[in-house]
Amino acid sequence: MKTAVIVFPGSNCDRDAAVALERVTGRPAAMIWHGDSALPEGLDLVMVPGGFSYGDYLRSGAVSARSPIMQDLVRRAGEGLPVLGVCNGFQVLTEAGLLDGALMRNAGLRFICEKAPLRVETADTRFTRAYGDRKDVTIPIAHHDGNFFADDETLDRLEGEGQVAFRYAANPNGSARDIAGITNAAGNVLGMMPHPERAVDPALGGTDGLGVFESLLGGRS
Amino acid sequence: MKARIHVYLKPGVLDPQGVAVATSLNHLGFDEVTAARQGKLIELDLDGADADAAQARVKEMCDKLLANPVIESYDIELSA
Repeated sequence: MKTAVIVFPGSNCDRDAAVALERVTGRPAAMIWHGDSALPEGLDLVMVPGGFSYGDYLRSGAVSARSPIMQDLVRRAGEGLPVLGVCNGFQVLTEAGLLDGALMRNAGLRFICEKAPLRVETADTRFTRAYGDRKDVTIPIAHHDGNFFADDETLDRLEGEGQVAFRYAANPNGSARDIAGITNAAGNVLGMMPHPERAVDPALGGTDGLGVFESLLGGRS
Repeated sequence: MKARIHVYLKPGVLDPQGVAVATSLNHLGFDEVTAARQGKLIELDLDGADADAAQARVKEMCDKLLANPVIESYDIELSA
C-alpha cells in the first residue's frame, strides 16, 4: 500500500500521520511538499494532516487549499483517490471544495485539547468499515476552529446520504448536529476534526484511531 | 486604485466572537449593546484605473479566496 502525506508550512501532525501510516502499511509514507505540482502515481491514500498551515491566516485552511499540490489533489480525488483530512486537513478539504460545510471558531472560543468520545455513525464507508459493529470510540481532539457549520439543507443531505461518519458523544465545540467527520458524496474523501493518527498506540493513550487506517489500508501488517 | 473589502458572516451563522464582544461591552456598562458581529476588512492596492474592470476582478478574488461563500458575504468599495 502506497501512501502520502501533504506537508504545508505550519503543518504539525504530518510526522504523526506518517508514523501511523507506516505502522499500518509497513511502508514509509511519501512526504509531499505543498509547493509540488503533482502527487506520485499509484497512491492508495493521501493524508492532509493537522496543524496551523499558513498560520491559519485569512481562514483556517484557506491559503493551503489554493496551494499548487492541492490542484492535483482535487483532480485526483475527483478520479476516486482516497483522501483523509484530519483537523486542519479537514479545514483544508472544505476550503478546497472537496467536502461540504465550513469549520468555524469553537462555540466556547477556547482551544480544546482532550480525548473526545465519538460515535461511529456508519461502518458503511471505506474509512470506517473496520469498526464493524463497534459504535463507541475515543479519539483525541486538539483545535480552535472545529465548529462544523453547514446550512440545514446540506446537513439533511449529509445525514440522508450516510455521509456523516463520526459524531461527538458530547459536543465540545458547537458543531452542527454533533458532526465530527463527514465524507464526500462519492465516499472517497473523509474529513474529521479528531486525530485518529494520535490514537494508534496503546502507549500513547489508546488505539481507537487505528480503525480508520485499517479500514482504508487493510489489516495491520 | 484602492479596494476595501468588508467580509462578514452571513446572517444566521453563529458568531461566537461577536457574542463575546457584546458580552464584554455589557460588562463595561454599555448596556445599549444588544448584539455584535465581527468581520474583516481587507485593503488592496490595485494597478489600473478602470473601476468596472477592478470591480469584476476583486469580486473574483473574493469568490476564489477572500471570502468563504459557505459562511461569509462581502462588500467591495473602490476608491481612487
